[in-house]
Amino acid sequence: MSDWELVIGLEIHAQLATKSKIFSGSATAYGAAPNSQADLVDLAYPGVLPVLNGEAVRMAVKFGLSIGATVARHSVFARKNYFYPDLPKGYQISQYELPVVKQGKLAVMLEDGTVKSIGVTRAHLEEDAGKSLHEGLAHATGIDLNRAGTPLLEIVSEPDMRSAKEAVAYMKKVHTLVRYLEICDGNMQEGSFRCDANVSVRPRGREKFGTRAEIKNLNSFRFVEKAILYEAARQIELLESGGTVVQETRLYDSDKDETRPMRSKEEANDYRYFPDPDLLPLQIDEAFIDAVRATLPELPDAKAARFARQFGLSAYDAGVLCASREIGGYFEALTAAVGAAHAKLAANWVMGELSSALNRENLDIAASRVPPQQLAGLLIRIVDDTISGKIAKEVFEAMWSENLTADAVIEAKGLKQITDSGAIGGVIDAVLAANPKQLADYRSGKDKLFGFFVGQVMKATQGKANPAQLNALLKAKLDGGA
Amino acid sequence: MWHTLSIGELGRSLNSGEISSVELVRHFLARIERLNPALNALITLDGERAVSHAAAADARRAAGETGPLLGIPLIHKDIFCTDGVRTSCGSRMLDNFIAPYDATVVTRLKDAGAVMLGKANMDEFAMGSSNETSYYGPVKNPWDTSKVPGGSSGGSAAATAARLAPFATGTDTGGSIRQPAALTGVTGIKPTYGRVSRYGMVAFASSLDQAGVFAHSAADAAVVLGAMAGFDPKDSTSIDAPVPDYSATLGAPLTGLKIGLLQEFFEGLEARNAALIHDALKVYRSLGAETVEVSLPHLPLSVPTYYVVAPAECSSNLSRFDGVRYGYRCENPKDLLDLYTRSRGEGFGAEVKRRIMTGTYVLSAGYFDAYYLQAQKVRRLITDEFRAAFARVDLLIGPTTPTPAFDIGAKIDDPVTMYLNDIYTIGANLAGLPGLSVPCGFVDELPMGLQLIGPHFSEAKLLNAAHRFQEATAWHRRSPRGYD
Repeated sequence: MSDWELVIGLEIHAQLATKSKIFSGSATAYGAAPNSQADLVDLAYPGVLPVLNGEAVRMAVKFGLSIGATVARHSVFARKNYFYPDLPKGYQISQYELPVVKQGKLAVMLEDGTVKSIGVTRAHLEEDAGKSLHEGLAHATGIDLNRAGTPLLEIVSEPDMRSAKEAVAYMKKVHTLVRYLEICDGNMQEGSFRCDANVSVRPRGREKFGTRAEIKNLNSFRFVEKAILYEAARQIELLESGGTVVQETRLYDSDKDETRPMRSKEEANDYRYFPDPDLLPLQIDEAFIDAVRATLPELPDAKAARFARQFGLSAYDAGVLCASREIGGYFEALTAAVGAAHAKLAANWVMGELSSALNRENLDIAASRVPPQQLAGLLIRIVDDTISGKIAKEVFEAMWSENLTADAVIEAKGLKQITDSGAIGGVIDAVLAANPKQLADYRSGKDKLFGFFVGQVMKATQGKANPAQLNALLKAKLDGGA
Repeated sequence: MWHTLSIGELGRSLNSGEISSVELVRHFLARIERLNPALNALITLDGERAVSHAAAADARRAAGETGPLLGIPLIHKDIFCTDGVRTSCGSRMLDNFIAPYDATVVTRLKDAGAVMLGKANMDEFAMGSSNETSYYGPVKNPWDTSKVPGGSSGGSAAATAARLAPFATGTDTGGSIRQPAALTGVTGIKPTYGRVSRYGMVAFASSLDQAGVFAHSAADAAVVLGAMAGFDPKDSTSIDAPVPDYSATLGAPLTGLKIGLLQEFFEGLEARNAALIHDALKVYRSLGAETVEVSLPHLPLSVPTYYVVAPAECSSNLSRFDGVRYGYRCENPKDLLDLYTRSRGEGFGAEVKRRIMTGTYVLSAGYFDAYYLQAQKVRRLITDEFRAAFARVDLLIGPTTPTPAFDIGAKIDDPVTMYLNDIYTIGANLAGLPGLSVPCGFVDELPMGLQLIGPHFSEAKLLNAAHRFQEATAWHRRSPRGYD
């Protein structure tokens, strides 16, 4: 395997989060009854005409600006002609020779912490097709045209990725970005974000690319990784056994974990692209671009850099906290309430307890049962020594399940930390008196027993003794011999 | 006698109460019933609804509304979608298709109060120059029923010539209004591309298709075009520019008007036909216009250019007729491919199939550059030559067709000869220019047309030039025997 290098390019299809379709007034909401969101334009009735949805253009431009790409002042919609029952017009309107976004790039952090720049060749607007339904229909195929005409932004990368993990990292980066920009909901189960992977292999050190296969319609990060790994292994095995790779379209079967040919070369379509005469070329002027630029949010990389600088976080932590706009927003609200000096504590809690609680219930951070102000209340009690970090985890669980404030939980459960030196000293005295043998052993050199005494005191105080005070007092009493 | 009146005269009679719209509609319906069987100009009659719409128009008038088209009957080419009425496009493919909506042109004329009597026969999907490709059989020319009326809007032209309605709509992709207008002796205008909405007009070649009017005079056409034209947000290629009052400028003097005589239109033109055009030029000179010779060297390439561009677009536009959602579906398809091939094979006629295949070919990998791209370049050259010509002259003039109406059956088996019928009309479509045909005399007792072409959005000027010609001549007042 090490003699071969993988070359991967991705074509990502991001469904744009417009309310209506790209060329008709129908709604785009997911999950409606079949064909309830298809009007005469979507059904391609005789005489109907497409009218471009300006919102889709705005979103495409937003994406282009966010990856430092060129926004074309002049782009053209073309017709891609082929027959299929879920393609009502017999052609798909897409951008072909002149796309709206050209030549951008994205910085992707790899597993070893290095950053790699992946080129984005182009991003173009197009319409989605409908769906053919086979389930529950005997000897028939159902056609649901609700999805027909849904706007897509097809984001085409350069063949810049050299491993399945790089491809996944790039795809995740695009996924993060489109959600930051609020141009795509990123829902992969519903097909709002999916990709085709172009995979080839070449002997390491050779410049010329090998023949590629295109794996269609991958709708999870895991499938992208597995499909690429399978496909690369297949090609390598083929080449090593003296065969040649055929340029073809393949499908990934996640049940069998394999790719197989979708259609042979003889069946390949000649799409007969030509400019759609029903739509004028898309002209975008400077003023429009400036207006869109003004709506750009702080982008993930910029935000991560700011978090690292402003809060003294590691690049890794800052990156995790910027995985979505919502996580970043939660962290910032939390830090603002607890105080920037405690940003690291806040970061640890967001990435630790909060994140595992959310994962456990498969919740989005926006739907967290413990909102940032509430979590801040808890962290403040750690900072002011009311409770220990360990007790805080217990408090957090109660806050999560019972929807209470930190103070209410601490009060109700009597978890307030004991910081009265006299009280702690009294307990220590009692523990030492109750364990004369261990005391004698400790004093004869068994240092490790220190922990035993800490444990006994914590047990007697139900964990509420301030750990720092306890340590200091215990040490003084043991060593002082008093 | 009502069928001999102009739209203006009919409006005055309606306003004075001399006649009601219901009576007017019944008069034309009776004419259609009597005369259409020999002509086959209409393929769908909508009499009952027409009478009720006429009654509604009468009620509007009684309520104080006026308007030049309120209560005036018309016939729509069967290419325009009409809500609840069969819209066949002259094809077996849509023989069973009841449109669920109105085309914008239909809506606008309805809003103006015009009353649709029925729908006109046409070449299948507007592909043809003789109205012989219709699934419903050929239309006969009322001047001589052994002759074709021209196409593709042959039904609209013949119906107007036979005075089955005061006016009719048509569409013109390569001459489909002007050529049949010339061959049936009526006035026909194809406006600037983008002037009239294409929404609801079954597409043939989207970059060339444009709706227009058949009428008995330029003055009538001015009224109708004014009601049809204007920006439509549902058609991205319609142009957002105000619509002038075309009637208001009729009668303006032609003094100083510079008319260019298109040299390329006279090459090979029969002497008798050419003489009619020269007679027309004399009329214009007598009205104060100046005539100069103009040459557009690339214009003779119009036909081959058109027969690449139009089929290319049609091959894609007609893909939606697949037997899946509406229209003709073959019996018992055994699989998807069978459904497609038999539905389309049985639903489309020979000429439509020929153009779909030509268009598919010119867009195919390996041929695209040599045909489609090359044709687009020539199209640009022709457009540029027109633009340069209009820097020198106000209007261009020439014959509408090379010959008068020919025999039914004479050219149908020879597509190339048939295509050459549009040799003078196609240029305006390629360049998106408005063009108009007015009757200018007779050859062998068959009408001939004079074609005027103007720069973009010069409809007012064209209509006035035609109107002034019609004030000075009487060709447009002639009716075929038996239809007067």
